[in-house]
Amino acid sequence: MNLIKKWAGIIWMLAGPLAMYCLIRIAASEIELKPELDTKIQWGVFVLIFLPIALGLVIFGYYAFSGEYDHLPENSDDLT
Amino acid sequence: MNQNDTNKIWRVISASSLGTLIEWYDFYIFGSLATVIAGQFFPKTNPTAALLSTLATFAAGFIVRPFGALVFGRLGDLIGRKYTFLLTLVLMGGSTFAIGCVPNYETIGFAAPIIVLLLRLLQGLALGGEYGGAATYVAEHAPANRRGYFTSWIQTTATLGLFISLGVILMTRHFLDPDLNKSIAKFNDWGWRIPFLMSLLLVGVSIYIRLKMSESPLFSKLKSEGKTSVNPLKESFGHKANLKMVLVALFGATMGQGVVWYTGQFYAQSFLENVCKIDFDQSRTMLIWAILFGTPLFVIFGSWSDKIGRKWIMLSGMLLAVVTYPYLFKRMLAISKPDSSTIIANKSSSDTVRTLITGTANHLRTINSKMVYTSGMQVQQTATDTVYSSTSLPTTSKPVIKTSKLLGDTDYWQIVLLLFVMIVYVTMVYGPIAAFLVELFPTKIRYTSMSLPYHIGNGVFGGLTPFVATLLTTSFPNNPLAGLMYPMAVALLCLLIGALYINNKIDENVQD
Repeated sequence: MNLIKKWAGIIWMLAGPLAMYCLIRIAASEIELKPELDTKIQWGVFVLIFLPIALGLVIFGYYAFSGEYDHLPENSDDLT
Repeated sequence: MNQNDTNKIWRVISASSLGTLIEWYDFYIFGSLATVIAGQFFPKTNPTAALLSTLATFAAGFIVRPFGALVFGRLGDLIGRKYTFLLTLVLMGGSTFAIGCVPNYETIGFAAPIIVLLLRLLQGLALGGEYGGAATYVAEHAPANRRGYFTSWIQTTATLGLFISLGVILMTRHFLDPDLNKSIAKFNDWGWRIPFLMSLLLVGVSIYIRLKMSESPLFSKLKSEGKTSVNPLKESFGHKANLKMVLVALFGATMGQGVVWYTGQFYAQSFLENVCKIDFDQSRTMLIWAILFGTPLFVIFGSWSDKIGRKWIMLSGMLLAVVTYPYLFKRMLAISKPDSSTIIANKSSSDTVRTLITGTANHLRTINSKMVYTSGMQVQQTATDTVYSSTSLPTTSKPVIKTSKLLGDTDYWQIVLLLFVMIVYVTMVYGPIAAFLVELFPTKIRYTSMSLPYHIGNGVFGGLTPFVATLLTTSFPNNPLAGLMYPMAVALLCLLIGALYINNKIDENVQD
């Protein structure tokens, strides 16, 4: 199981940038289709909010690949 | 638990749940009345006002909610749960009441949309801080073996908030005048303010009850020992050991929960109204029934999670959603499509009205048709087009068709059943999640650590569902089920991550 968790980490690491690429592509085409300020703001908000989330997915994938999830914390002393 | 403890925990649950319920109610009435509010404050003819409307819609849910989770989560871990979620309640109630008092665009011009936008942002901020506080507060009072059961009462509030907001809106729309059309007109003019103004009374009662509550015993103990966190944000997101749990909570649980929650309760309603073309009131009463039947299941799944663990109940809800959504939505679409061979001819009618367009020789033609079917379904259709007088132009323009369907009893209850199934999935993913999140983090940074993944999962991933689904339906006009691709993909990803990385173990000790 730990091996699957570890190698799946690569997928999550790749999924972050891939999701951002798709989002930016869609945002660009939607703005091109309807080049109004509120379309730009709307898609700007999406890109802005998803950027840290995608980064989080990359970090999650990295942690998974590094084996951080092989053993989950048993108590709070393991967390802080 | 002795009788004293039992009484105490129920007082804690009542005080927390009532406040959270009111906060959800306040947040939903704005969303449910978005069209009416847009007409009052954000006229489409004015581009700046329309822009502010976009900001009110997207910024409140997607940016301000997670931001509120950080601001109030930090406060809750620094000064305590009780005063923080009291503050969120005052903010939410105050801003909701104030929205009901703001004069419209015609009266005070640009000040109106700006004030409404600011108040909406305050609502989002307050909501971001409320849930984590209420869930933490209840969980820190609950015994270890019944944490899922007791926190599940908090979980019912989001759905009940929606239920009450729908109910209040429907009742206000209907009872302002004996004539329904006049009543709706009055509602759109000034009656929409009533649900907002009512909030003051509800919040007043809730503040009074919450003021009487004492601080969470676990937080009080930490504080008396001087062990509270000095910098909750840094400890929550700056330390790898805790950050990895925040990430697994987001990608392995709350993200999937958010999309299942929004699909079952919001996208389903939007699908019934916009794709199936079911009447405004009927699509809402269907959801009201489904919610009413489904709500007890939050408590049942929450309680069950105390016995078998939280993980597999939540993930089963996601799995069932991914597997059965296409069937459930397809079925709703099929039920709403009448069989033309079953029209009752003598009860159906059609009339045409032609109006001369001023300054031209062209006519505006409106064809009103009413079809009644043997199943009891009534379909009202209004087709409007222009009939040109000039011979060089085509005879007519493409008609604008508006359809509204009223279903017969059997069809109506079949759709309630399908909605109920979707609400069951909502209760599976949402019932145990408060206990799951509470158990993942230590007391001193619990409020901050659990609030952010919850509000990104529910607010951002979930809140985007109706928007992305509509966008997909527009991009694939021949596939009415295209909108489901987004919630299914997110739920599937979350299911895989959750299955691999989440632990099913119930943490007995949340006192650390």
